[in-house]
Amino acid sequence: MQVQAKKGNTLRLLVLSVMVPGLNAGLHGLIFLFFRNSTLPPVANAVLAIIWGALGIYSIYFTFNWVVEQYPDRWKRRILPFVFIGPAVLLLGWLLVLPALRTLYLSFFDASSTSFVGLSNYAAVFTDRLLAVALRNNLLWVFVGTFFCVALGLLIAILADRSSFERLAKAIIFMPMAISFVAAGVIWKFIYYYQPGDQQVGLLNAFVVAFGGQPQAWVSMVQPWNNLFLIAILIWMQTGFAMVIFSAAIKGIPEDMLEAARMDGAGEVRVFFSIIIPTIAGTLLSVTTTIIVFTLKIFDVVMIMTGGQYNTDVVATQFYRQLFMFQNAGYGSTLAIVLLIAVIPVIVINLRQFRRQEGY
Amino acid sequence: MRRIKRPGKSKWLVNTVLAVICCIWLIPTLGLLVSSFRPAADILTTGWWNIFPHRQWTTATQMTLPKDTDLRQPIKVGDKTYTDAELRKGVVVDGKQLIWENRRARVLDVQERRWGMIDRFTLQNYATVLGGKTYEIKMPDGTVTTEQGSGMSRSFWNTVAVAVPATIIPIFIASFAAYAFAWLRFPGRRVFFVIIIALLVVPLQVALIPILRDYTSLGLNGTYFGIWIAHTAFGLPLITYFMYSSISQLPKDLFESAFMDGATNFTIFSRLILPLTVPALASISIFQFLWVWNDYLVSLIFLGSQPNVQVLSMQIANLVGSKGNDWHLLTAGAFISMLMPLAVFFALQKYFVRGLLGGSVKG
Repeated sequence: MQVQAKKGNTLRLLVLSVMVPGLNAGLHGLIFLFFRNSTLPPVANAVLAIIWGALGIYSIYFTFNWVVEQYPDRWKRRILPFVFIGPAVLLLGWLLVLPALRTLYLSFFDASSTSFVGLSNYAAVFTDRLLAVALRNNLLWVFVGTFFCVALGLLIAILADRSSFERLAKAIIFMPMAISFVAAGVIWKFIYYYQPGDQQVGLLNAFVVAFGGQPQAWVSMVQPWNNLFLIAILIWMQTGFAMVIFSAAIKGIPEDMLEAARMDGAGEVRVFFSIIIPTIAGTLLSVTTTIIVFTLKIFDVVMIMTGGQYNTDVVATQFYRQLFMFQNAGYGSTLAIVLLIAVIPVIVINLRQFRRQEGY
Repeated sequence: MRRIKRPGKSKWLVNTVLAVICCIWLIPTLGLLVSSFRPAADILTTGWWNIFPHRQWTTATQMTLPKDTDLRQPIKVGDKTYTDAELRKGVVVDGKQLIWENRRARVLDVQERRWGMIDRFTLQNYATVLGGKTYEIKMPDGTVTTEQGSGMSRSFWNTVAVAVPATIIPIFIASFAAYAFAWLRFPGRRVFFVIIIALLVVPLQVALIPILRDYTSLGLNGTYFGIWIAHTAFGLPLITYFMYSSISQLPKDLFESAFMDGATNFTIFSRLILPLTVPALASISIFQFLWVWNDYLVSLIFLGSQPNVQVLSMQIANLVGSKGNDWHLLTAGAFISMLMPLAVFFALQKYFVRGLLGGSVKG
């Protein structure tokens, strides 16, 4: 009798375990098809998409959890964690881990990914002039961009800490973080705008003319300095990020430590270098890492401002061009892998830092 | 902890230097905002800063020269002579400027330097950008019909449809995973978690080509669903890490007593964890939302260029490409795309900053 009940139960669980995922997949598949072919007005489309996105993700967890709850306790405890981390692991596996491996594999193949070419793509990346320029510019972005973001961020954090309008100043410096690179591109294109003659509507050229200089086509003709004019945009956008974090770190320095140093006759400069810098060294490192990773991946600014012309290409824009304009999956993949190799030290530092913090 | 403010000269210096830096930071955005409200012709002839009071040439009187004045000869005005080229550009004599008002009618402006400003503003740029253009469509039977495109308002709603779910979904998935990593024991827990941490800094470029191929074969290109899960995967490592540090700090007793009362993990998660981590959820949501809203690369690759799914950043990038010098359209368009992120930023700045700090100051 009991055995039979157990058997019935097992059967029921089996059916549930197959049907619920199946129903889920079917339902969401139907909704997906509906959206792909939908001719609804944009507003209705957006509202429905939001509802589907939010309810959809909830319903998936809810139903899967419900199925697992039907299982006997012993099984429930084993399976449930995987229901919870499952979607994250599957998505990351499908869209980040596997692709990274596949890109590595593709980087050993030719333009159309059909014949094996060994390391010759890698050789090309370091010898081909266009690709070499992209690598050089990326280094410029990493060093100049990161240096100014960190230095200015620190300077502004310290100034703001002593000023009478700290909150306002911080909001102003931080605001560009909310602006997209595309919009920032429009903003700065207008600042660098050049037209021949004395009448200039671009701010930078208007300044130059007002002081008796010749107007310049900043982002195209002034090579190789044009890269620096593009980097200025990144600095404008990212300094706020560094500033906010430094500001919090500086406020965390015990006041009596600073006062004691000043009592002993240390000037503000001395206090800065001997106390503030060593105390926030950890923060300094993590902010620098974050900005380095960010500048390595820089794409939008260059794409909008010059499209990579006039020797302003970076790895990411060159990657995009190789892939979509020249249809060269080999070079494209190789560039992506070079980028990955460049961030490996950062990954290692991050993991070490994490292990120290969490004791994993 | 109130800092003892340092008195005297240094404070004054600090304030000045900071004010100058703030001005430099503000000017680019201000220029965009002002320009977006100026008529197209004005933008191309005078700098936007001319809306501020400044000394400018203002016509005081006009002078009509004899109708038969030969423009190819030196032109006599009063007791001096000028060339036509000089008068076209404007020539300054005794602090007054002479410039053609109407060359054909031989009318000259006599201008004086006075305080003034340009105050011509218009909403036309916004109307043009939002209202879109008319497309001409050739029908199969040879007739031509015109169709009103919905322009930027369409891509505004597309961006909403991309950005909101692409914020909700990863946060949901990451929070469940973070809960499991923090409070459930299962084999492989450490390995999975360390992999996710390592993925934090992997550049998304390494994933684009293979994903694009998968998407093409699955028919996911150019669909909302495709871009949602792409953004979800790219945002997951950071959000999981962030939610983990928030969830793992909750007191252990909380879970134990809830278990005693017979609550399941799912109810604990939705009734206890989510409400208790609202500050963290808020800040990471703002972060992810801004990131998705401002994204260009991912949309460019996975949405393609079909107008029915195009997002704002793509449309503006297209404008930059096709109408590079139409500053009235570019500035208005850029400002429309900034409206939402700026509103979110200023309304929720406090949480946003806290989110940044939670992620990176630790340790």
